[in-house]
Amino acid sequence: MNYQIIVCGGLAPDPLQTLEPVFDTVNPSLRNELMLPFVFDPWAAHALYEAGHLAKQRPGTTVRVVSLAPKAKLQQVMMTVAQKLPFELVALDGPGGGFTDARAVAAALAEAIASMPDLDRARLLLFGGWESATRGAGAVMQRVAERLGIREQFLAVDELSVAEDGSLLIKERIEGGRHQISRCAGPPAMLAWATGSLPEPPNHPQTGMANMRVILPALQKAKTVTLAQTAEYLRAALPAAVRQTRVVKDVPAAEIARELAEWIRQ
Amino acid sequence: MSASTTAPRREHLPALPGDDVRQVLWRFADRYDLQMLVQSVRAVARGPVARLVAQGGRHTHDWTPEKHALLKEFDAAGITAAYLEPEEGGFLEGPKNLALALIAFELAWVDAGAATCSLATHLGLAPIHERGTPEQRRHYMSLAAPAPGREPKRAAFALTEPIPYVGVETGLLGGKVRIAEWPEGGEPILEVSKRGRFITNMAFANFVTAAVDSADPRIKGSCMVILEEDDPGIFDRGTPTRKLVHQLSATNDPVFQLRVPASRIVGGYTVQDGVIVPNYDHSAIIEAVFRRTRVTVGLMTSAKLLSAIEPLIRYHRDRFRGAEAVPPGSPRYELGLQQKEDVTHRLIDIWAAGEASASLGFAAARLFDELDPVEREKDRMLAEQGVRGPLAAHKAMRKRQHEAIEFIEMQGHNQALRNEERYQQLAADPVIRYLVLDAQANVLCPATKLWNTGHGSVMMREAVSLMGGYGITEDCPGFLGYKWMDSQLEATYEGPEAVQRRQLSVTMTNEVFLAQFRNWIHEMRQIASVEPGTGACTLASAMHLWLWTLEHLQHARDAQGQKLYQTSRHGVTFPMADALCWLLASRCQILDVENLRREGPGRIQQGFEGTVQFLTDLCHVQAARAAGEVARICSEIVYGYLRHPSWDDSPQCSTCFEEVELRQIESVVPGASGFTSEVYREDGAHDTKAGPCVRAPGLNDFARLRAKLDGCLAGALLAKDRAAESVQKVMIPAALDYPQ
Repeated sequence: MNYQIIVCGGLAPDPLQTLEPVFDTVNPSLRNELMLPFVFDPWAAHALYEAGHLAKQRPGTTVRVVSLAPKAKLQQVMMTVAQKLPFELVALDGPGGGFTDARAVAAALAEAIASMPDLDRARLLLFGGWESATRGAGAVMQRVAERLGIREQFLAVDELSVAEDGSLLIKERIEGGRHQISRCAGPPAMLAWATGSLPEPPNHPQTGMANMRVILPALQKAKTVTLAQTAEYLRAALPAAVRQTRVVKDVPAAEIARELAEWIRQ
Repeated sequence: MSASTTAPRREHLPALPGDDVRQVLWRFADRYDLQMLVQSVRAVARGPVARLVAQGGRHTHDWTPEKHALLKEFDAAGITAAYLEPEEGGFLEGPKNLALALIAFELAWVDAGAATCSLATHLGLAPIHERGTPEQRRHYMSLAAPAPGREPKRAAFALTEPIPYVGVETGLLGGKVRIAEWPEGGEPILEVSKRGRFITNMAFANFVTAAVDSADPRIKGSCMVILEEDDPGIFDRGTPTRKLVHQLSATNDPVFQLRVPASRIVGGYTVQDGVIVPNYDHSAIIEAVFRRTRVTVGLMTSAKLLSAIEPLIRYHRDRFRGAEAVPPGSPRYELGLQQKEDVTHRLIDIWAAGEASASLGFAAARLFDELDPVEREKDRMLAEQGVRGPLAAHKAMRKRQHEAIEFIEMQGHNQALRNEERYQQLAADPVIRYLVLDAQANVLCPATKLWNTGHGSVMMREAVSLMGGYGITEDCPGFLGYKWMDSQLEATYEGPEAVQRRQLSVTMTNEVFLAQFRNWIHEMRQIASVEPGTGACTLASAMHLWLWTLEHLQHARDAQGQKLYQTSRHGVTFPMADALCWLLASRCQILDVENLRREGPGRIQQGFEGTVQFLTDLCHVQAARAAGEVARICSEIVYGYLRHPSWDDSPQCSTCFEEVELRQIESVVPGASGFTSEVYREDGAHDTKAGPCVRAPGLNDFARLRAKLDGCLAGALLAKDRAAESVQKVMIPAALDYPQ
């Protein structure tokens, strides 16, 4: 059996950048947000790599990425992501980042997916990140699945394999550092990926060139999306960095470790 | 009429210029193939290459397995195939000069040795690409393409030989070729012997393109031959060169003594009266090769300068953080060393030089992309007209030179006033287009190589010094110490500075180039009228001064009556070449920023005003610096060869006033003594100086231009102050993005 894999993935500012919140009760943002280099959200990227891996094993499988982000940023990011593996893009031009509302984002993504003319629910695997590098609420994928009527939902997925009878074996992370293995009869299903087990594919400009032939037109006809902002923000701040220095002599390593652990617990 | 009492709000540079800005500046915003290549190369540079440098991979000149592993990274990232045509296994359509320039830039951002390693493969292939026969091209270029399950064959370029042979002087070839066998009716077998020195890629190259001279009356002149590692004879890779820099490239001193078929002569040959006549001698091939590859070398140093900015700003800001006496929130905590004007001003000098050199290098790369198809079209047309051989082609082109100048002059005219039909006719002629572009390329290429690496290495030293002692440690963020040392090699290989100056001293006097240069002065004046903050006015005045000086030097003579502008007079021609480089770099920088001003608003989402304002200020700073250099050089040359007048020269002394005489005049016309030149005292002695002050009646125009140029410097240091303020405020990433 081959699949129609749809990967939902947004963008996140490059984590090495200085991320300084600019507070606004309705529309908070980051300082110089649109000047920062962005990356494809790392959680969604894992989902994409797993999708590519599955597509390689199952000839005829297609991979589509649905992304809601500022169009210009998305185009820049695609210059890297498009080199990883073959896929098509459905672009939604709208706000991204950590201050968008999960409900509104899910609605926009679900609408874009539902309106795909060749959507085949019997082959549909909906992939995405379990959470995101922007806010990490972990709420978007379930909402998209619910809106599309997909009841088989798996969170924090680390591995997917297809059994001979076509059923899906899915390994999910659960508490205590353990995994839970579920068997799902088949599509449609939603898999929100944790880190998976695949490395990032190397860049391959030839793949990118082939992808861009369909990605650029998709970017040009990206639908503009306005997200209803229902949340009110009371505060936006970076985690505080605390530095305390004490000069000591002749203290055993174990004692230093105990003291450090105590300090961290505080 | 209302008047505003508040100054317009000034935008500062919000964040370091990102890819979106660079793509517009360097004109590849519409080339997604190049944008992807940049991302792909960057991942290799800031990942495996940077890790290897950080792990101490540069500490040996041996070719280690870790260094060799980079080749596979290059293959996977498309770097190896970037030089090839799609039908040969490549993926980029059309000319590839800009693509290779971007590769070099991205790799050299981290380590120029890695850049050299990747580009040396292309250099080895270049003779075949530029002048090889169709069969040679098809065979060797395809071999060089990475393919699934097969390692690509890698090339090296062997020109340099042990002293006293080929090096700076490319004509002194010690490598020899003779005929070993010539079977009746069959292909001759050649015996090639050559010793190489400083040959890059030699530790692993599978084939070599080597320059050799004939040692046999049955072979005419010199040629380049392709040597394969499996050819019968000696293919000794030699010992690693004990170089101190570029340690991520393999450099050896090889020895070859091989037998190869004559079909390995690059570009093929004909047999005339029993003599093998190569279609191209080695000089013709290396000229075609180096004029392209030297641009990429120049850009390596540009990348170093621009890569130094972020680590320097971070170091300066963080310098005192963590000290007990420096509480968070205090100016010393927030700004660190950036509180000191010297630090920010010197950083601005480095940044401006980096921007200018990158602009010059990428302009040259784009020019070659434009030139390549025109050159092929020109060759085709000449062949159709029955023009064969380089000499005949040169003669044919010279005949059309006046038309090229006519075309350029028409370009400078108002469209409404020129003969549009004639203009369009000339514009459509490939020979005319070739002459125009070629004249530019013959200047821009050596200028990039000379100025980017020469001045770049000076500015890299400045960057290292701005890091204090940290700068010359292995721990220095951005590997600045390594980059400083590497830049010295970039100034040397593929033709050291003297070679570039020599070439410029010839090509910059080409009338086709000078006609374009005149238009460029006008172009700068036009920009200055709309955007005076760019420093275009300063630059135009400096260009005018340089042009006047060059024209003056063509007929001027020194105190001994010797002609000033002549081949062997390096004291005149070389500084003039240096001065031109400053002008060209500054011009390209201004044009790039003007392009950003035009094209940016639709592409840059945030911070456009501040970014353009800052880059404009950098242009002004650089234009002023260029103008200063040009003024100094031109003044030295124009006046420096005049004999200083002496008190012993009777004609001069006859104009001197006696002191008593002056006092009498002053009593009648107060202040009149101020208009006199020289005075001698009652005892007949003069002031304690060499002689009367110099008067040069024929140089009034020069003095006027020089005075005008000095005035044009107005505002340049205000621009520097503004840029320095931006540097204090600009947001930088929390950490350097390499090694990853």
